[in-house]
Amino acid sequence: MSAVEVQEAQIAHDLHKVVARDVNVYYGEAHALKHVDLDIGSNEVTSLIGPSGCGKSTFLRCLNRMNDVIEGCRVTGQITLDGEDIYDKSLDVVQLRARVGMVFQKPNPFPKSVYDNIAYGPRIHGIGAGKSEMDEIVESSLSRAGLWEEVKDRLEKPGTGLSGGQQQRLCIARAIAVNPEVILMDEPCSALDPIATAKIEELIDELRQNFTIVIVTHSMQQAARVSQKTAFFHLGTLVEWGDTQELFTNPRDERTQGYITGRFG
Amino acid sequence: MTEVAAPITEIRRPDLSGKRVARRYAAERRFRAYGLTAIFIAVAMLGLLLVSIVSKGYSAFVQTYVELEINFDAAKIDPDGTRDPAKLAAFNYQGLVNDALYAQFPDVTERRERRSLRGLIGNSAGIELRDMVLADPGLIGTTREVAFKSSDDFDTFVKGHISRDLAEADRRVKDQEIAWIDALEADGQVDVRFNTTFFTTGDSREPEQAGIWGAAVGSFLTLTITLLLSFPIGVLAAVYLEEFAPKNRLTDLIEVNINNLAAVPSIVFGLLGLAVFLNFLGMPRSAPLVGGMVLALMTLPTIIIAARAALKAVPPSIREAALGVGASRLQTVTHHVLPLAMPGILTGTIIGMAQALGETAPLLMIGMVAFIVDIPGGFTDPATVLPVQIYLWADAPERAFVAKTSAAIMVLLTFLIFMNAVAVLLRKRFERRW
Ligand SMILES: Nc1ncnc2c1ncn2[C@@H]1O[C@H](COP(=O)(O)OP(=O)(O)OP(=O)(O)O)[C@@H](O)[C@H]1O
Ligand SMILES: [Mg+2]
Repeated sequence: MSAVEVQEAQIAHDLHKVVARDVNVYYGEAHALKHVDLDIGSNEVTSLIGPSGCGKSTFLRCLNRMNDVIEGCRVTGQITLDGEDIYDKSLDVVQLRARVGMVFQKPNPFPKSVYDNIAYGPRIHGIGAGKSEMDEIVESSLSRAGLWEEVKDRLEKPGTGLSGGQQQRLCIARAIAVNPEVILMDEPCSALDPIATAKIEELIDELRQNFTIVIVTHSMQQAARVSQKTAFFHLGTLVEWGDTQELFTNPRDERTQGYITGRFG
Repeated sequence: MTEVAAPITEIRRPDLSGKRVARRYAAERRFRAYGLTAIFIAVAMLGLLLVSIVSKGYSAFVQTYVELEINFDAAKIDPDGTRDPAKLAAFNYQGLVNDALYAQFPDVTERRERRSLRGLIGNSAGIELRDMVLADPGLIGTTREVAFKSSDDFDTFVKGHISRDLAEADRRVKDQEIAWIDALEADGQVDVRFNTTFFTTGDSREPEQAGIWGAAVGSFLTLTITLLLSFPIGVLAAVYLEEFAPKNRLTDLIEVNINNLAAVPSIVFGLLGLAVFLNFLGMPRSAPLVGGMVLALMTLPTIIIAARAALKAVPPSIREAALGVGASRLQTVTHHVLPLAMPGILTGTIIGMAQALGETAPLLMIGMVAFIVDIPGGFTDPATVLPVQIYLWADAPERAFVAKTSAAIMVLLTFLIFMNAVAVLLRKRFERRW
């Protein structure tokens, strides 16, 4: 690295919560993500858009090392969180995941009660000592995810008995219950109706005060509404990224242009 | 517009004709019929087995008793009147029984006839009288009605397993004896009672004194060891292999070997037990401890394979969910994966234990296939197990052991049913799959 590059990298680290440099992901032989450089700002919403199969989820899963559990998945390059390399050997993955929470593409509540779904995270991280404190965490998490009114009378009922959209909101509530610094959301609204979607978007906007958010979405309107930064992926490469406003009104690359105008995808 | 319209590709809609529907219905009906036939055959086989066992074995649960008037003659039992227990114990009480018999049938005077008359009563009668007198010396000098177990031939005859219509030479009970039995029955001295002895004693050469309790206790002790060893080891091995071990050549090799181990003939485990536990480690022969260890070796692969299958069946999304909120791998396994896999693991364990309960071959090599009279009191006492007991009785020459064999099978089946019931119950408790 030249002196200038080092200086630039330093600036990037100072300004951004998460910095990804030359990230490559391989599933066995398949090169799923190619040379991705992306900075994710603190207290900002960054949305990842792109056609299906372009590597959005893959990139998202790199940020909390969920790819570690996939057999045959290999990640190269560097990703830092607050300037710390998250792929460093000395870093504890469990702590990383407590700091970087995740809402998965498919709702995956625990086969436990609604209450326990929310309380599990705080419990294992030593948040919420007493019963009343835990009750409070559960209620506030569920309210923020817009689910409280629907489930307050059935907190002891199984979380898997909720509808698909309710389950997704339960998973969002579960993720925010541990107050991570970064929240990764993989298409959190794909199973929701417009009203619930609006609630989640409101929540995202509100969460931005305290959290850094990365969201994968297939809806360009949603990306435009909730995010400050947008990154466009195509066939495993990051084609371009920047201010959402800028990217949607004035795309530099013609692939981006094609995608946002609906010519392919 | 010109007439060069592209050739319209023909749209092929699903064929909804009645013929297709009828064919589908017929196929479904046929399949149902095959299924019902299969179930019918299975149930019929099971029914046949049960009927044959129960019809042969039920009579072993009762025992014929003969009531005799016993004169506890003080002059004979305790001539000096000291009531010294040592002396009381030394007396030959069988004589009192014989006297009672001779008094009942005064015409029988010839020696050979007298011997067969004495043979009507089981030869534990003297011991029973002695125990009665030692427990209550006040009996001395009185005359009492005492019920004795009849001999096994008498018992078998009363239960109708020996036919009167047979030629005398082919019959174990001769005409003379039948006459005595009839006389006793006419007097109301013959009584068929519930056979408590069968459930309280160990094995014996005399059918009327042989019981299943020794073998049942032996089986219980052996299976306790088997469960205590194979369940934790099997589950830990499965969890490690499935959740933690890296997938590489070595783990593949281990997996193949475990699967092979499950198919090894059980006698081989017995030989291993003989070589390692008895000869090398010098552990006691015929002991439930060693038997349990050998059976644990045999059960281990079954439990590991079942547990791995159960762990594999837990959806990966549950693991991701737990890891995603920052649970460690161990927390993920113990809080989420293992509870969900538990019903499957328990099913596998019970299958393994049921196999172990019915196993004789490996026990042969470590001396548990043996004639053992005493009821084992601990894990290192000589013991035998239920299937071995069945084998020994099936091999015994006396006619009365035929019923005992079937009765022992019934006890074994009861054990199995009990174990399966426990498994179902435990599964119900854990199966909160929602
Ligand atoms: N576990 C896996 N094993 C092998 N290949 C995978 C795996 N997960 C994803 N891939 C491949 O990696 C590429 C990127 O997948 P990814 O899930 O990141 O796409 P995506 O952008 O999230 O798509 P979508 O919008 O449909 O969710 C795809 O070609 C996919 O087939
Ligand atoms: Mg995806």
